[in-house]
Amino acid sequence: MAKYEWFAEIDAMVGHQYGRIYAWDKVNEAMVRQWCEVMGVDNPIYTDADYAAKSQHGQLVAPPAMLQAWCLAGFHDELAPGSTTDNPYGVLKLLEAQGYPAVVAVNCDLHFDRYIGIGERLYYTTVFDDISEEKTTALGTGFFVTLKMVFLSETGDGKDDEKVGEMLFRVIKFKPANPPEKAKPAGSDNAAPKMLRPKPGISDDNRFFWEGCDAKELRIQQCKHCEKLQHPPAPVCMHCHSFELDYKLASGKGELYSFVVMHHPHVPPFDNPNPIGLIELEEGVRIAAGLIGVEEDVSPKIGEAVEVEFHTYEGELTLPQFRLVSTKESS
Amino acid sequence: MNDSISGKAAIVGLGATEFSKNSGRTELRLAMEATLDALKDAGIDPSEVDGFSSYSVDKVPEYEIARLLGCKDVKFFSQIPHGGGAACAPIMHAAMAVATGVCKTVVVYRAMNERSWYRFGTGSYGFGSTPIFENTNYGWYMPHGFHTPASWVGMFAQRYMHEYGATSEDFGKIAVAARDFASTNPAAFFYEKPITLADHQSSKWICEPLHLLDCCQESDGAVAMIITSSDRAKDLQQKPVTIKAGSQGISQGQQIMTSYYREDITGLPEMGVVAKELYAQSGLGPEDFQTAIIYDHFTPFVLPQLEEFGFAPRGQAKEFIRAGHHARGGKLPINTHGGQLGEAYIHGMNGVAEAVRQVRGSSVNQVDNVENVLVTAGTGVPTSGLILSKA
Repeated sequence: MAKYEWFAEIDAMVGHQYGRIYAWDKVNEAMVRQWCEVMGVDNPIYTDADYAAKSQHGQLVAPPAMLQAWCLAGFHDELAPGSTTDNPYGVLKLLEAQGYPAVVAVNCDLHFDRYIGIGERLYYTTVFDDISEEKTTALGTGFFVTLKMVFLSETGDGKDDEKVGEMLFRVIKFKPANPPEKAKPAGSDNAAPKMLRPKPGISDDNRFFWEGCDAKELRIQQCKHCEKLQHPPAPVCMHCHSFELDYKLASGKGELYSFVVMHHPHVPPFDNPNPIGLIELEEGVRIAAGLIGVEEDVSPKIGEAVEVEFHTYEGELTLPQFRLVSTKESS
Repeated sequence: MNDSISGKAAIVGLGATEFSKNSGRTELRLAMEATLDALKDAGIDPSEVDGFSSYSVDKVPEYEIARLLGCKDVKFFSQIPHGGGAACAPIMHAAMAVATGVCKTVVVYRAMNERSWYRFGTGSYGFGSTPIFENTNYGWYMPHGFHTPASWVGMFAQRYMHEYGATSEDFGKIAVAARDFASTNPAAFFYEKPITLADHQSSKWICEPLHLLDCCQESDGAVAMIITSSDRAKDLQQKPVTIKAGSQGISQGQQIMTSYYREDITGLPEMGVVAKELYAQSGLGPEDFQTAIIYDHFTPFVLPQLEEFGFAPRGQAKEFIRAGHHARGGKLPINTHGGQLGEAYIHGMNGVAEAVRQVRGSSVNQVDNVENVLVTAGTGVPTSGLILSKA
């Protein structure tokens, strides 16, 4: 397969060595113990100093499989002091720019030259070892990129640092053969999952209300016995203690009894300022709900006429909200 | 009166940790530091403790404190619901337990890393959609993003302002007075950091009509006190602080922070219940207090509390505030420790501690000739109150 023009730039990078990435910490007992705990490793040569002293190592050693862990960037992606910033993954970026965005499971081969003891300070260098011809697999078309990391232990006394292990890192960077069925919304790459509005607790006492919202009806609980209304709903009439309850459809008209405008804290998915009203319905009961049609610099007025509107979020939560009637025409 | 708890028990020991934004140690340790401090202050051996009381959302169990103190014979323990609303209730429960002879020596405590471990003001509390009452109840508010204590209080405040003409500046004057007291209290987080009314007015909106400086802090810390019988108190090393009256309160239409369905939402009828009971137990009235601790998680609720206790007629607390009666040198200085706005948010227990110091005469902002101190607990929720007096 003929090589692309842009491929020359990548070809020229093969064999390039990228600087030193240092370990944040010297090889130490605490990290070894934590790693062993998490991985379920119980070999005492890693954690029991007395046992290790009597072993062929004569002291505690680190599990070889921790090799890469020592030199990883910190939690906030910062590299240890002294590390260089040249990026051995630059080749992957170049491939992305040419339309090979996808990656599947990385292939890592680790080789260990010797055990590493407590107190050693490690670093590694990376060589861009190889890039394949363009290949087509069941997944799609792309390139296998191979990097080789060589891990060394600092001697600190002017002698050559000692190689302790290496890691072969191979990845295929490709154009997927079948684009994902469901396209992600723009800008959603690597984004945290979208926060949804909290859902209400629904019980036998209030289900009629929330089902009413789904049907775009504002249902207010009514006692069959004394015919009085109550909100929020309850299992029993708070006026006559009858358990025989029904609901009445409210007109959705009312007035603003009180309100607040939320500014802090910012809690996704809500956009602040978020005006909330306490509505007195014309049927005589109150209900709290979000307000619609409130302009940022114009405070709502207590006593203003409002009217219900139902809005559905994420296709599954329908809430009654109230629009200031004065803003109805203009919207 | 003979059947009432009035005067039968006393607070004889007081302990506390420092108040901070990050205590750097466990809540259990805070509880133990404050409890041992209180027992030492009282001159009572830890093994004598035979009762405990605290209130939600405290997560330190009394049995672990009992175990670490070496208690063998604990006969009374209670944990009272509704957070800060319960702040005065453990002292009342302790007084009831002592007055009825159920036990003799009660540790009351509050220990939380509220700021560094939880924060009450985040707006997300993990309510689910299962049918338990709490989920159905908060389901009327959370889906709308109406989800913080400040906003729930703001809804009452807006209506109060509308009906009585109180203003944001009236709320601000409460914050300014609290920060003034805090500025001279070395234990206060805002020690030597007073504010002006202009600072209050220019502080950012948390939730209109509440500015940042209308809202109390969030704090880590612990307070503990020791309650025993008034008879025994006479023989102890500290000047006894008599529990003159104590009550809890729930009134019609009561909810937690959202009692919006009452005919009138400008009052605090549950605090009215407490006021009526405290006055009945003690035989005292509003004119008998030299200072008071008025729960101040958010400034607007200070006004209706003053009204429920009769310090001002309904709707007129703003005049009381405008006259500066609540501030340093006023006729009823309130929250002389700096309140929860200025000292720390230990959910009211630090306010009870200040009332103890005022009766003892050991407050850093001591008021002259203190005979009786009123203490109130959290508002907007089922609440409680106390009157502490000289023996």
